[in-house]
Amino acid sequence: MENHLTEITMTVNGVSVSRNIEPRVLLAHFLREELGLTGTHIGCDTSQCGACTVLIDGEAVKSCTVLAVQCMGQSVTTIEGLAQTTLHPMQAAFREKHGLQCGFCTSGVMMTAIELLKQYPNPTESQIRQGLDGVLCRCTGYETIVRSVQHAASLMSKQELPQEEEVG
Amino acid sequence: MLDVLGQPVKRHEDDRLIRGKGQYTDDIRLPGMVYAHMVRSPHAHAKIKAIDIKAAQALPGVLAVFVGDDLKDSVGMIPTAWIPPNADMKMTPHPALAYDTVRYVGDGVAVVIAEDPYTASDAADLVRVTYAPLEAMTHPRDAMGPDKPLVHQEISDNVAFHWSVGENLDEVFASSEVVVRQEFRQQRLIPSAMEPRSAVAQYNAATEELTLWATTQNPHIHRFLMSGILGIPEHKLRVVAIDVGGGFGSKIACYPDEVVVAYASRALGRPVKWTETRQENFIATSHGRDHVHEVELAGTRDGDIKAIRVKAFSNLGAYLSTAAPGVPTILFGLVVNGAYKIPQASVDVYGVVTHTTPVDAYRGAGRPEATYLIERMVDLYARKLAMDPVQVRRRNLIPKESFPYTNPMGLEYDSGNYQGTLDKALQLVDYPQFRREQEALRKQGKYIGIGFSTYVEMCGLGPSEVAGAVGFQGGLWESATVRVHPTGKVTVFTGASPHGQGEETTFAQIVSHELGIPVEDIEVVHGDTARIAMGWGTYGSRSTVVGGAALHNATQKIIAKATKIAAHKLEVSELDVTFEAGQFRVAGVPDRGMSFANVALDAYLAWSLPEGVEPALEETAFYNPKNFTYPFGAHVAIVSVDATTGDVELMRYIAVDDVGNIINPMIVEGQIHGGLVQGIGQALYEGAEFDDQGQLVTGSFLDYAMPKARFFPRFETDHTVTPSPHNPLGVKGVGETGAIASTPAVVNAVLDALAPFGIRDLNMPLTSKKVWTAIQERGGI
Repeated sequence: MENHLTEITMTVNGVSVSRNIEPRVLLAHFLREELGLTGTHIGCDTSQCGACTVLIDGEAVKSCTVLAVQCMGQSVTTIEGLAQTTLHPMQAAFREKHGLQCGFCTSGVMMTAIELLKQYPNPTESQIRQGLDGVLCRCTGYETIVRSVQHAASLMSKQELPQEEEVG
Repeated sequence: MLDVLGQPVKRHEDDRLIRGKGQYTDDIRLPGMVYAHMVRSPHAHAKIKAIDIKAAQALPGVLAVFVGDDLKDSVGMIPTAWIPPNADMKMTPHPALAYDTVRYVGDGVAVVIAEDPYTASDAADLVRVTYAPLEAMTHPRDAMGPDKPLVHQEISDNVAFHWSVGENLDEVFASSEVVVRQEFRQQRLIPSAMEPRSAVAQYNAATEELTLWATTQNPHIHRFLMSGILGIPEHKLRVVAIDVGGGFGSKIACYPDEVVVAYASRALGRPVKWTETRQENFIATSHGRDHVHEVELAGTRDGDIKAIRVKAFSNLGAYLSTAAPGVPTILFGLVVNGAYKIPQASVDVYGVVTHTTPVDAYRGAGRPEATYLIERMVDLYARKLAMDPVQVRRRNLIPKESFPYTNPMGLEYDSGNYQGTLDKALQLVDYPQFRREQEALRKQGKYIGIGFSTYVEMCGLGPSEVAGAVGFQGGLWESATVRVHPTGKVTVFTGASPHGQGEETTFAQIVSHELGIPVEDIEVVHGDTARIAMGWGTYGSRSTVVGGAALHNATQKIIAKATKIAAHKLEVSELDVTFEAGQFRVAGVPDRGMSFANVALDAYLAWSLPEGVEPALEETAFYNPKNFTYPFGAHVAIVSVDATTGDVELMRYIAVDDVGNIINPMIVEGQIHGGLVQGIGQALYEGAEFDDQGQLVTGSFLDYAMPKARFFPRFETDHTVTPSPHNPLGVKGVGETGAIASTPAVVNAVLDALAPFGIRDLNMPLTSKKVWTAIQERGGI
C-alpha cells in the first residue's frame, strides 16, 4: 500500500505537521489516529451528529466530511487547541452552565457554537437553537447548551471590550 | 467552608471533558494494537451455507479472519441475566458469532483483524458469505404461534416467556359501571448514545490475565458474565470503563463484539480494538420499548378507577439480551396502576422473540411503558365521563396520608405528596385561563391542547432480596470505599459507574458535607474492576440512591474511627468529642481540638493509637437498600396543532418533580432536561421501523428522527421535596424521571388539541403526517 501514500502538511493547533497517508483518510481519522488528538469524536457515519466538528482556517467543519489531503496547507484547530493560557470562553461557559453531561458531543458542539457566535455575536435563543441544527446531543436536552452559548457570547463581548468592568 | 450539599457545584469531570482529554474506549491506544471489523448479516433470517474468507485473509495487513465455527468451542453462549420466575422462560442460545443460522440484520458472522482500521474494513468487504434466506418475523403478535417461522428451534411458538401478575378480574369488569378499552403501541426506540460502542481487549499470556476496556454502564456485571463466557476466572479478568459517552440502557448488555475482541486478543497475542460505526449501532446495539398493550380500565360513573387490566406483547428481538426479560415484566407490570389508588390490577405479558435487533433497557425501562398506558387511560376515562382530566386525577391520586402505600402488586411506595406536585404545576400553568383561551382559539379554527402526566416511578434499584425474588441474576446493593490519605485528602471508590450523570461531583459533595473537606480534595474513582472491589453499575436511577447511600455509610465509619483517634490524642472520652465542619473538638472547651487532616495523619503514623484501633483510615460500606424509591411529579405539556399541516408545536412544558432531597440542583435539572427530550422524542419524533423482510428502514440519523435543539421551548421546572424515609440521604433518583413522565403528557396534549375532531387515540410518534391523516379521515377542517 506504501506506493499509494501521499505526503501532507498542515498546521494543527498552531504546530506544523507532516505525514505520509493514504489519500482516502478522513480528517477525523487523521486527527485521531495519526496525531493522537482524540478530543475530536466520531459519532456517526453520515455527517449528521457533528461530534467531529473542528475549525479549518477558522470555519467550523465536520471533520468526517473532508479528506485530510484536502486540508493541505490549511490550519486546523481541534478541541485540544482551543484553550490557550486559560480556557476559551466557550469552554468556560459550558462548564459554568452545565452544557455537557457525557461529554462526547461536546467538542463538536463547542466548535459549532464558536462559528455561530462569529455570525451572531449577540444571538437570540432562536438563532442558537437553529444554529445548533447540525449537532446532536442525547444527554442535555439542549437547554443548558443554549444557556452555555449565551453565556459564552456574554463572556466574549466582555473580552472584546476590555474597558468594561467585569461584573460579579 | 460552605456546606456544598444542595449547591450547584460545577462538575469535576468537565475539566477534562471540555479540553478533549476524556478517556473514552475508542481513545485507547496500546503498543501493538490491531483492529477488528465485524461482518454482519444483511438478512433477518437465513441459513449460513458457506463463508469464504480467502480473499480477506490474502489482503496485506490482515492478521486473521474468524467465523462462528472458530469460536463456538472456545467461548460460551452469551446469557441473559434476568429470569422472571413462574414465566416458563426459555433461553435463546446466543453465540458471539453466528454459525448455522442468522437471526437479525446485524447478527455477526465473521470478524476481520488487521493492522489498521481501514484495512480491516476493506477485508470485511471481501468476506463472502452465502446465505439461504428464510421468512422473517418482525412483529410480536404476528410471530406468536406454532406455525410461524421460528427464531430458535428451542422455542416452538416464539414465546420466550409468559408472565402474569394479579388476580382474575372478569367479574370486576363484567359488573363495572364504566369500562374503557384501548390498544397502545409502544414503538421501538433506538437509544442512540452519542458514543458508539467500543471494546479493547489485551491478553497477557504470562499472567493469563485479560483486560477489557468497554463502553459499559456496569463493568462488574460484565466481568461476572464475561468470565463465564470466556472461561477466564474473575480474578484474571479486569473490565474498565473510564469515560462512557452516554448509555441510556444500551450499554448494560454484554455484547458479542466484546467476546469476539477478547477471543481475538487471546488467539493473536495482540491488543485488539473494535469500535462500531453508527450504522452498526443502529442495527446491532440493543433497542428499547416495542410493546403492544391491550388495556382495559374499570371505573364508576363518578370517576373512581376500580381496576386496570393489561395484556402486553413485548418484542424482545432475536436473542434475550442481558436485562431484557425484566423490562416488560417486573419493571413494567408491577407499576401499571401508576400514582393512583386503583384497588385491583392484572397484567399478562407475552415475551416474544422475532428476527429483529435484541431489545433491552432504554431510559426508564418498563416504567415509561407502564406510565404511558395508565396516563393515557386516565385521559380516555375522563373523556368518556366528560370529566376534566385533572379532576379525575385528583379523585384517584394516592392521598399523602396513605404512605407508605402498598399497590395491588405488593410494591410499597415509600413516600409522596402527589397532590402537592399537581397543585404546583397547575399554578405554573394557570389552568382555568388555558381552558378559556383554548375555547376561544377553537372558534377561530386554532387548536391548542394541554396534557397531564401525574406519574410515579420505581427507582433506586434495589433491594437484593427483591432482585432475587424477581429473577435478576445478581444483587442490587452497592459498595463504596473511602480512603483518607495521610494528608487528609480522600479517594472514593464506588461500584456505581456513571457515564454522564456527574457522580464524580455529586459523590464528592456527599463526602465534603460529611467530612468537612473541600470538594477539590476528593477524587471519585469508578469504572474499573481492578480498583473497585464490587458493584452493580449505573442504571435504574440507582447510583446516588444506592451508591450514594453506601458512600454516606462509609463516611460514618470514617468519622467513628477518627473520633476514637482524636479522643485518644486529646486525652478525653470519645463521648466528649464532637465533629463538625472538619474539626474534632472537646465539648465545652472550644480551643481544644484537631483538624480532620491531623487525625488522618495520626491514623497513618500509628505512633499512638487507642487500644484496639487499627492503623490507617479507610472504610468500606456495602449498602443493600430496604426498598425501592418512588420519585413522582406532575408534568404538563401545552401544544399547538396546525390542522392544515398536522404539525405539532410544543409551546410550553412544565415539570414539577419530587425526587427527594437534592444534592446538586444543577445536575438534577440537567438530568430532567435530558429525560424530557428523550420522552418527548418518543411522543413526537422517534420510531424504529422494520420492513417485512426485517430490514431496519430507520437505520441512520438521516432516517431516525433524533430530537434537535430547535424542537423545544425552554422547559419550566420546579420541585417539591419529599425525602425517601428509608434512604440515609433522603434521595430518590432522577435519571429516568423526564423520560418516564413526558411521553404521555405530550400525547395527552396533542389529543386534547384534536378533541374537536373526535380523534381518540393515535400511535406514536405523532408526526405531522399521522396527525394530518387523522384529521383528514374525520372530514378535515
